[in-house]
Amino acid sequence: MRNRWILFVPLAIMALLFGAFVYRLVTPAETLIQSQWINKPMPLFDLPPATAGVEGLKSSQLADGRPRLVNVFASWCIPCRAEAAQLEALKRAGVPIDGIAIRDRPEDVAAFLNEFGNPFDRIGSDQQSSVQIALGSSGVPETFLIDGKGIIREQIQGVILAGDVPRIIAKLEAMK
Amino acid sequence: MIAELGLALLWMAAALACLSLVAGALFLRGGPKDLASLVRPASVAQGVLTAAAFGLLIALFVRSDMSVELVARNSHSLKPMLFKVAGAWGNHEGSMLLWLTILGLSGALVALFERRLREDTLVATLAAQAALSLGFFAFLLFSSNPFNRLPIAPPDGQGLNPLLQDPGLAFHPPTLYIGYVGLSVAFSFAVGALVTREIGPAFARAMRPWVLGSWIFLTLGITAGSYWAYYELGWGGWWFWDPVENVSLVPWLAGAALLHSVAVTATRNALRAWTVMLAVIGFSMSMVGTFIVRSGLLTSVHSFAVDPERGTFLLVLMAIYIGGALALFALRAGTVAEGKKFALLSREGSLVINNLLLTTILALVLLGTLYPIVAEAMGEKISVGPPYYNKVAGPLALILCLVMVAGPLLAWRRDDGKRLWSRLPPAVLAGALVLFGLVLFGGSVRILPLLGMTVAAVVAVASLAPLWGRNLRRTPLPTWGMVIAHFGVAVALAGMAAESAFIKERLVAAAPGETVKVDDFAVTFVGVRPIAGPNYTAIEGRLVATTGSGASFTLRPEARTFPGLMGGPPTETNEAALLTRPGGQLYAVLGQPVTSPDGTAERYQLRLWWKPLVWWIWLGGALIAIGAALSMLGRAQLLAMWRTHRSKKAQERFAP
Repeated sequence: MRNRWILFVPLAIMALLFGAFVYRLVTPAETLIQSQWINKPMPLFDLPPATAGVEGLKSSQLADGRPRLVNVFASWCIPCRAEAAQLEALKRAGVPIDGIAIRDRPEDVAAFLNEFGNPFDRIGSDQQSSVQIALGSSGVPETFLIDGKGIIREQIQGVILAGDVPRIIAKLEAMK
Repeated sequence: MIAELGLALLWMAAALACLSLVAGALFLRGGPKDLASLVRPASVAQGVLTAAAFGLLIALFVRSDMSVELVARNSHSLKPMLFKVAGAWGNHEGSMLLWLTILGLSGALVALFERRLREDTLVATLAAQAALSLGFFAFLLFSSNPFNRLPIAPPDGQGLNPLLQDPGLAFHPPTLYIGYVGLSVAFSFAVGALVTREIGPAFARAMRPWVLGSWIFLTLGITAGSYWAYYELGWGGWWFWDPVENVSLVPWLAGAALLHSVAVTATRNALRAWTVMLAVIGFSMSMVGTFIVRSGLLTSVHSFAVDPERGTFLLVLMAIYIGGALALFALRAGTVAEGKKFALLSREGSLVINNLLLTTILALVLLGTLYPIVAEAMGEKISVGPPYYNKVAGPLALILCLVMVAGPLLAWRRDDGKRLWSRLPPAVLAGALVLFGLVLFGGSVRILPLLGMTVAAVVAVASLAPLWGRNLRRTPLPTWGMVIAHFGVAVALAGMAAESAFIKERLVAAAPGETVKVDDFAVTFVGVRPIAGPNYTAIEGRLVATTGSGASFTLRPEARTFPGLMGGPPTETNEAALLTRPGGQLYAVLGQPVTSPDGTAERYQLRLWWKPLVWWIWLGGALIAIGAALSMLGRAQLLAMWRTHRSKKAQERFAP
């Protein structure tokens, strides 16, 4: 046979394949998916107030020079109730917090704030989850750490635990 | 004592594999002839001892001996007996022992019954088989001993994953394994033939029943696995292009290519190097598949027993075996004389196209499965899903089916186009009728399902063509096998295409007494009741489906809850209820209860599908397996021997 080198092609393909296998064994797959929103500005939105007596939320208000939290929550969300104490603690430490209420009714939001306290400076009402979808947030609660220029620096999916509070305060402090 | 005896048997079997390998290698290097006579009995004994060890492991599971770590981790004394037995291979260590058992028993069968090959080729084959066994023995004994004892026996075991507690799953892994590991014999034959350079019809005929046999089991295993996923997961799909499904499909594709190319080598002594190559690839892909499942390399529903150390061990083993065989191929295949020539328009020519298409599909599926790893190595994260596979594999599979129309009608060596055309009109007519019928009355059907149903009609009619004008009683079994298998492909294809074209889905929250329309059915949700199974509790829904003609049937889907054993969380599974009708299946899943705000009327989520012709998919799979089985029976010479025996007797009777 003339083209004897062609007989080595299967061996070469196998070597490539095994190279990929070795690579994967050495560096195991990351199961955590990084948020795509890190280091990007907040999407543009202008939400009406979620309940009487608390201001609504505009994305332009988020870039006022002070690092802050934006908490995506809902009165119908049970874990959000568990999170209320941590948000209260962050508020006491001087962290500005804004809220986005997802698919909520004004009277329910008012009852929620009444029962669990109100750590929010402003609460926008996102009736159609449109801002939530634009943010790539998959559920409630979620919290975004935002620097003074309105750039997202961290996305926390799920409840903020008591242990997270000092870290969040330190991180926001460092952004100043 | 049973566990210790099992371990001792494994060590003895490993020693015998070592003996086969060393004696065989020395003999082939010009050692004394006596060495060769050692290899056959050593191979037989190795197979028997390994099988005995596996039997002892099953005994440990049956007796629920919780002092054995494997039993304690994977069984429970209250489990139904079938699942206790199946628990023996429903885990990493036990399934590796099953793998070794099949490897050893296949070697033993070759040693006992193979008489067509030259002695030195047979010894080389058995030595190669022993080398394969030896590596997996090392894997089992050094890194995953199934007979490990616990210092303190727990009061009871941790149970088997509830999803796996299904009778189908008791048989799915052994069936697939027989298929995977059966290909090891083809691999060993190829290595043996490369070592002694005896590549020809005798080698192909020796290999052929093994290829057919393992391909039958692969077909059954994949078909059964698909049906299991269909009714047990409750998602209503029958193929998900999950990495593990793909890696079981790849050896199946290699086996399909191999059993067609081996036919060419056996009958016409052509395509020799190619057949050897495919034989190597078939088992290599089985090993790659096992490796991917066991190492947790790809994320999949099948990734149990994820362990990087085991992954490394398997990778080294595979590198030795596959690399060795491919290097041998590269060095030796060049010295294999070219086989007989043939025209493009001939049986051989069509089989070459078949092989090229099958291997292309194989490569594309493998590429899709492994591409995420390669992409990640380049710093990008992607996942490859059904749209890719359907787009690349779908059209190629349809072309493959069209080649299948022509192939069986062509003569060996050379044929002319006119003769082929003269046999096609009925098939073309059938295809045209289906196409026109669908375009006129089918509504808007997407292009791939439309072509799928058309091609299925063409193939169904054309596949029967080899029987036309033949005396059916005198038609040889392999021809029957081919006809039935090809017809099965048409049946499965029709099922796949019809299901994706005409599926109807309803997702509702229904209160008891409510009626939901799905296609022609009026489904009334009668209510739910709690029931208790042997090791689970369940909510059973009762649905009454009434057809357009007034016949009514009861469906009972269940939502089962398995209690968490040893402090684990409870697990919930869905048992779909299926109503099989000639035109398809009604598929019902009972979902979560929905309570209205005032807490009065309780409703349940119901998911109802009407899946036209869906069961044809598995019927087709079964037909393919039956066809292959007939073909194997015809080749296995048993029947031929029986026939000559009978004709001899008849001659004696009429002798003067």
